[in-house]
Amino acid sequence: MGVTPKLGELGVVTTRLEDAVNWARTRAMWPMLFGLACCAIEMMSTQASNYDMSRFGMELMRPSPRQSDLMIVAGRVTRKMAPVLRQLYDQMPEPKWVLSMGDCASCGGVFNNYAIVQGVDEIVPVDVYVAGCPPRPEQLIHGIITLHERIKQERIADWA
Amino acid sequence: MSVQEETVWQGDVEKLRGLVSDRALSGETMVLNMGPQHPSTHGVLRLLLELDGEDIVNCIPDIGFLHTGIEKNMEAKRYEQSITMTDRMDYLNPLGNNLAYCLAMEKLIELDVPPRAQVIRVLLAELTRINSHLVWLGTHALDIGAMSVFLYCFREREKILDIFEMVSGQRMMSTYFRPGGLWRDVPEEFEPAVRDFIDYFPAKVDDYEKLLSNNPIWLDRTQGIGFISAEDAIALGCTGPTLRGSGVNWDIRKALPYSGYEQFDFEVPLGVHGDVYDRYIIRIEEMRQSLRIVEQAIDNLPGGLFRSNNRKYVPPPRAELGHSMEAVIHHFKLWTEGFRPPKGEVYVRVESPRGELGCFLASDGSPRPWRVRFRTPSFVHLSALPHMAKGHLIADLVGIIGSVDIVLGDCDR
Amino acid sequence: MTKLDPIEALQAAFGDAIEDVSTFRGDTTVVVSAAKIADIGRYCLQTEGLEYNLLSDVTGIDYYPQEPRFAVAYHLYSLPHNRSLRLKVYLPGDDPVVPSVTPVWPTANWFEREIYDLLGVTFTDHPDLRRILMPEGWDGHPLRKDYPLGYETVQFSFNFDEVDRHKPYAKE
Ligand code: SF4
Repeated sequence: MGVTPKLGELGVVTTRLEDAVNWARTRAMWPMLFGLACCAIEMMSTQASNYDMSRFGMELMRPSPRQSDLMIVAGRVTRKMAPVLRQLYDQMPEPKWVLSMGDCASCGGVFNNYAIVQGVDEIVPVDVYVAGCPPRPEQLIHGIITLHERIKQERIADWA
Repeated sequence: MSVQEETVWQGDVEKLRGLVSDRALSGETMVLNMGPQHPSTHGVLRLLLELDGEDIVNCIPDIGFLHTGIEKNMEAKRYEQSITMTDRMDYLNPLGNNLAYCLAMEKLIELDVPPRAQVIRVLLAELTRINSHLVWLGTHALDIGAMSVFLYCFREREKILDIFEMVSGQRMMSTYFRPGGLWRDVPEEFEPAVRDFIDYFPAKVDDYEKLLSNNPIWLDRTQGIGFISAEDAIALGCTGPTLRGSGVNWDIRKALPYSGYEQFDFEVPLGVHGDVYDRYIIRIEEMRQSLRIVEQAIDNLPGGLFRSNNRKYVPPPRAELGHSMEAVIHHFKLWTEGFRPPKGEVYVRVESPRGELGCFLASDGSPRPWRVRFRTPSFVHLSALPHMAKGHLIADLVGIIGSVDIVLGDCDR
Repeated sequence: MTKLDPIEALQAAFGDAIEDVSTFRGDTTVVVSAAKIADIGRYCLQTEGLEYNLLSDVTGIDYYPQEPRFAVAYHLYSLPHNRSLRLKVYLPGDDPVVPSVTPVWPTANWFEREIYDLLGVTFTDHPDLRRILMPEGWDGHPLRKDYPLGYETVQFSFNFDEVDRHKPYAKE
């Protein structure tokens, strides 16, 4: 009675709490709108019409770190930018993930010099690396799906 | 720290003196930080704003958050190796940067470029201009609040990227121009693809205009905003659409033609008011003119070599290596040691989508450049931003930043 | 519109301050004495027939280990006459100081700040000489030839573990 007609008589679904939470986390992940360099342009293409990231529940780019779950480090991180990046990361609420997009963010890329941090993993812990300079939108989508697969493996014991 | 101590401000006011007005020091106006992580600063630009209510009294840009050390890195590489670096500088105009650097090298070593290569260079450079203007229009419109234009622009941009990928194998960082010509000849599918684009694109530009040009919200937010007069624009070093928006007719493609631009028939759109709206109209019109150049180029594409035959500077084709000892020697020398230009210094200008892109190359006679320097339009335009922003409302600032079309990679290098 | 020959005009007006004139690949370079650069700049801008009103670029060069070690090159362009000119000054390595041209061409402001930041050349009379690209407290001037390019070893498969051990990975 009451709610049953609205649920369409679906009956009962049983699942584990882990799976339900992980499913929710992957299907509505809000990335932070955080573009640094050339890779950010490819990230924008991934958001735009041809590649359309909303197919993966990720169309909502949040400009505020307080509202986002995923930081896509798209581009080269300079020594001047590094403290800012760390501060943004610290502001994100748990659970949070970091995806390092492109060669520069992953390892410094073609720029092994005084100005560029040789890999953003020196500043924030990275979950998924995407190679390419810049990675094609397909590669970025693959990286994101890899991240989703990882999240689905998470156990309650790790949440704490 | 106790509460009593907290009420006494510990900071140093002296550091701010000279940057902001005295009214800020007494607390009459407010100093506000914007960026470097802000959705409307097009990357990692930081602005220090002094506000009187909603009015901008002062605007102090702080750049360098994307300083990549490209100039220093290029000094450590051989001339040809560093072409890849130039792509990553102004990442909306990679082929234009390649062109500037290659022209500088060619001027230094006095290398001739065959006509076919020149025309393909012009064609691709103009496609890059359209590409850059599309990204500009999309993000500028997004800043001001028109979401759908962004989606349309990126749809068209993919077509151009497909052409780049077809010729070079990379969507954005194509590194396709080499000293003396091109990396390789364009494939067969190139011509039909470009013709398809020429048929497809004009209707789309009209669509953008329908969406924006007479839209009352757009007009309100762009007309009379970010004004700069012709004298000020010249004194502040503005070039490209920002200068032409103020009515100064200076386009490097016309004034100092390079790479055979004198053979093409196109017009240089000019503005009257020098505000955000005029700069927008100019860029829209430039897309149409660029398409005209592309059309003329594809119609008159000459045959022949795609790269110069001068073996001192240009490696021999792969097929020759099998049977010619001389070719092997040239190849070996070029790839192990590189070429040695004479001692001297050159400066080359090209018209990038943003304005004058200059490349200064100093050689000391060794295979590595002694000093490479890029004069980038975004850097100069950003230094003119305070002049344009003063006296406007803070809500209009994003429109002004968008209208000068800065790319932070271009600015900081 | 009258058109003056820039070399003749400069030599007539400044005499000894014009140290050298050369042409390479069609670019004319005029080497002038550093102390006079602001006056020469103002002359180039204001004289009828020259009117170099657009300062395209200011750049610094480090000729280490030669002496004089530094050079600053000014690329002028004249919109009315459609021609360009390069002025150049040489500065000693131990104390590179040159008058600023910002009062003449406002666009020089950031160019000079950049040279100050990356090469350590000081400009007198500059309104706001601070670092522009590097962070405030940075040590040294990166574009100088005696400044190292980078300091981290590149990680390849043969030294992967070695570099991995020393890499300062971030913690949560
Ligand atoms: S990886 Fe390549 S495309 Fe991405 S930021 Fe670095 S240079 Fe640019």
